[in-house]
Amino acid sequence: MFPTPIARTSSGTQIAYKIALPVALVLWLLPLIAVALTSVRSAGDITAGNYWGWPTSFNLLANYTAIFENTPIGKYILNSFKVTIPTVIGSVALSCMTGFALAVYKFRANLIVFFMFVAGNFVPFQILMVPVRDLTLNMGIYNTTAGLALFHIAFQTGFCTLFMRNFIKAMPFELIEAARVEGVSEIKIFWYVVLPLMKPAIAALSVLIFTFIWNDYFWATVLTQGADTQPITAGLYSLNGQWVAAWHLVSAGSIVAALPPVLMFFLMQRHFIAGLTLGAVK
Amino acid sequence: MSAYWKKNQQRLAPWLFLAPGIFMFLMYVIIPIFQSVNISFYAWDGLGEREWVGAGNYVELMDDEAFYTSLKNNVLWLVLYMLAIPAGLFVALFLNQTVRGIRIYKSLFFFPFVISQVVVGLVFSWFYDPKYGLLNIFLTSLGFEAIPVLADETWVTYGIIAAGLWPQTAYCMILYLTGLNAVDPEQIEAARLDNAKGFKLLWYVVLPQLKPATFIAVVVTVIGALRSFDLISIMTDGGPWGSSRVLAFYMYEQAFSEYGFRMGYGAAIAVVLFAIMMIYISVFLYKMYRDERGY
Repeated sequence: MFPTPIARTSSGTQIAYKIALPVALVLWLLPLIAVALTSVRSAGDITAGNYWGWPTSFNLLANYTAIFENTPIGKYILNSFKVTIPTVIGSVALSCMTGFALAVYKFRANLIVFFMFVAGNFVPFQILMVPVRDLTLNMGIYNTTAGLALFHIAFQTGFCTLFMRNFIKAMPFELIEAARVEGVSEIKIFWYVVLPLMKPAIAALSVLIFTFIWNDYFWATVLTQGADTQPITAGLYSLNGQWVAAWHLVSAGSIVAALPPVLMFFLMQRHFIAGLTLGAVK
Repeated sequence: MSAYWKKNQQRLAPWLFLAPGIFMFLMYVIIPIFQSVNISFYAWDGLGEREWVGAGNYVELMDDEAFYTSLKNNVLWLVLYMLAIPAGLFVALFLNQTVRGIRIYKSLFFFPFVISQVVVGLVFSWFYDPKYGLLNIFLTSLGFEAIPVLADETWVTYGIIAAGLWPQTAYCMILYLTGLNAVDPEQIEAARLDNAKGFKLLWYVVLPQLKPATFIAVVVTVIGALRSFDLISIMTDGGPWGSSRVLAFYMYEQAFSEYGFRMGYGAAIAVVLFAIMMIYISVFLYKMYRDERGY
């Protein structure tokens, strides 16, 4: 193991390490801790400039109720779910099929199709922006959550295909061969043989895509406007403009916005990391 | 029909499975790339008639001060963002232990990557606040003068990059933690018996084994640097006086903002950004192609 396991070092180093760990963590997360603390401060603390000291009073309920009552943050959150959940389902479903096709069948265009998905996934968003906005306008779904979700489904299919294809490629091919010998049709092989084995990949991709899409800001500003359709990232930005210097409310809003992906991460941590670090180990 | 399917299903099935995915991807990703290239040869406000201007937009770019500022900032982002890789490695080495509770530490260190860049941007603009921000409280307590980072042309881009490095370091850390997990312990012990330790051990024995992790870290960091848009939009909106723009942001600003819709000019900027990105995409694809051949 590298570096040397701490248990094998002198007791002085061990103590130093055990102190350094929490200290480093607090420093690392200091910005977030400050936000969490500020989200329970009173307006008086903010005007007095008490940003970093202990709050004079804890207004947890008052602040969080205030943002839900006085702003459309609830709507923004709902919109985020309306974009994120269909995207997760859509892109995972599409990429189960494309990944299967590219991993299992040998045909001449295989690598070309695969590379198209991979390359497209790295493209800068700006080169798609004008045509995608036009396309969405022409389809009559500009400024709808469906229009935004549809684009996300298409774009995320690139990354998901890369992921699924490599996952299926690592499966034992004999399973498929055996089924073919039995005369099972290709569609049934996909549905009954391969798909059940893809559960871990589906779980990993779902949490990853959920986080990516929940946190998307660029496309939200390009394809939607206003509280009726905009997701929380874009909503938070416009709220920030309205709440000038109301940092306790901005902070509470930020915490609410960050909560769903954070919960997702903690509940599905192993899948999340397995998805993210795909390819980091040979 | 069914007889034909039975005979040819292994040839037809892949295309059946691919059709919906390819259709969506062509419609929303591949075709728009070519459309953008096409639009970049026109003057167009997004609504009225397009007017063919040939290379006019590109010629204009060559003389556009703001374009060079954006390009320079993009280079700055690319270079400085790379710091996330050694920083991530450093944090990963620090956390690669087996003491009690280390798993919780690892996930908490990873936290910044999970939250939205909008939140990261808000948090950092507040950290840099000239009056109440922690940075300036710290600076003034040491007797320095406060720096209004986000309103200062010389500091603003560095300030935003620093904010971006926070989640990016967390990302690289998790890549390296996974990589370190897979490092062959016998090789390490053998090297230790040969008296290798510390930095030399890291450099000659551990890092070569972390190569796949480093590769992915470089790829995602380059992409992240070239995609920098969210933080700039949230923290400064390109300011002060456009000094924190990057190509991605400048393109957006030109294509639709209060300055009027200049879709053609915006598209030309996007094409330049795309060309830069294409270099990295090609390297990545080439490496993948080699790996595929190795199968």
